Amino acid sequence: MNVGFVIAYIVLAPFLGALLDGIDRIISARMQRRKGPGLLQPFYDLGKLFSKEMIAVNNVQLLLNMSYLVILVIAGAMLFAGADLLMVLFILSTADMFLIMAASSDSSPYANMGASREMLQMMAYEPLTLLVAVGFYLTTGSFQVADIIQADTSAVLWMPGLLVGFMFTSAIKFRKSPFDLSTSHHAHQEMVKGLTTEMSGTTLAVMTIAEYYETVLLLGIFCLFIVNSTWWSWIAAILACAVIYFLEILWDNACARVKWKTLLYSCWIVTLVAGGINILILMLIK
Amino acid sequence: MNKVSKSPWLLHYDASSCNGCDIEVLDCLTPKYDIERFGIINTGDPFQADILLITGGVNSQTESVVKQIYSQMPEPKVVVAVGICACTGGVFKECYNIRGGIDTVIPVDVYVPGCAARPESIIDGVVKALEILDEKQAEHKKNGGGAHGISK
Repeated sequence: MNVGFVIAYIVLAPFLGALLDGIDRIISARMQRRKGPGLLQPFYDLGKLFSKEMIAVNNVQLLLNMSYLVILVIAGAMLFAGADLLMVLFILSTADMFLIMAASSDSSPYANMGASREMLQMMAYEPLTLLVAVGFYLTTGSFQVADIIQADTSAVLWMPGLLVGFMFTSAIKFRKSPFDLSTSHHAHQEMVKGLTTEMSGTTLAVMTIAEYYETVLLLGIFCLFIVNSTWWSWIAAILACAVIYFLEILWDNACARVKWKTLLYSCWIVTLVAGGINILILMLIK
Repeated sequence: MNKVSKSPWLLHYDASSCNGCDIEVLDCLTPKYDIERFGIINTGDPFQADILLITGGVNSQTESVVKQIYSQMPEPKVVVAVGICACTGGVFKECYNIRGGIDTVIPVDVYVPGCAARPESIIDGVVKALEILDEKQAEHKKNGGGAHGISK
């Protein structure tokens, strides 16, 4: 069962992530009263990127991006294997460090600024991410994903604040406005393309595929909030993921990018209020 | 599947334009024209661009910039000169600081005349450039393009 999940994740996650990206671009276009590209556009983009001339700005960038991809896949595979949630989140942060190293390895000031902003974003979302893991432990008595999904009731009943907080901070991970400081899907950022400024062709394609794996991983964590021992909770979880993803797109289109201080403070306040109070209540009643 | 014309990313540079053509280029992104339906993304990054769209004639200050942007774009790539100034130098042709059209500095594939060029003609020019882009990609593949180690 678990092996099946892991293989399905490794094989299907990039396709699912690309399809979600395609849906995202269509919905965004419709929100702006445009027609938008086709559903398969992300696949065309990837195909093109792999066929372009290889411009390597140094020896290590492609390798570091590959490491980002591989470590992300390991983190995702561990989640879908039902392993330790805390470990998954730590490995996820490690993967991000490789992306930061890849961006800092080149000489572009824009990429270096993107790298430092990415570190800042990590500081913003990391506290809440850890609180989510603690919340799952307090609710279900285990950090193991396999135990969390076998609980009698959905975790969200005990940790609604943490879910709201996680939705808030995952806009950073999805690279959505207002929190797309380090690099953005939208054209014309104040610092060219931020993190990815000097990535082109294959290097950029590898990074994009890694982002697709990450999207599916995050939606998997959202599923954990809903899934319990009943079969229908899986359907509810997938529906909840669809709603959450739609809300992220809506937020992306409705908000302008914020300054880094606003990012840091708003994320920490949400962590403290939504996450902290939720954890306190959990500690008192559980 | 991996035809470059299915996902052409566009880089827009103003070499010395009066901004008339630039506004028309941005017009192409609006709901009425929406060039994203062709999969076109207006990127600001030469490393990720396939089409270089230049407005205005080249002057002595922008010459080096145009050359650098062009050299930073990975093959296959095409250049579209938008507006009569970018095509020939236009009314500024005889000015002391103007080199002339874009083709005095880098090779141009498609010329879109007009002052200012209308969004329809810009889209038309870009779509023409896509055919050239596909030809260049086929040629690039034939010459064993793709993975060349470090080029910078």
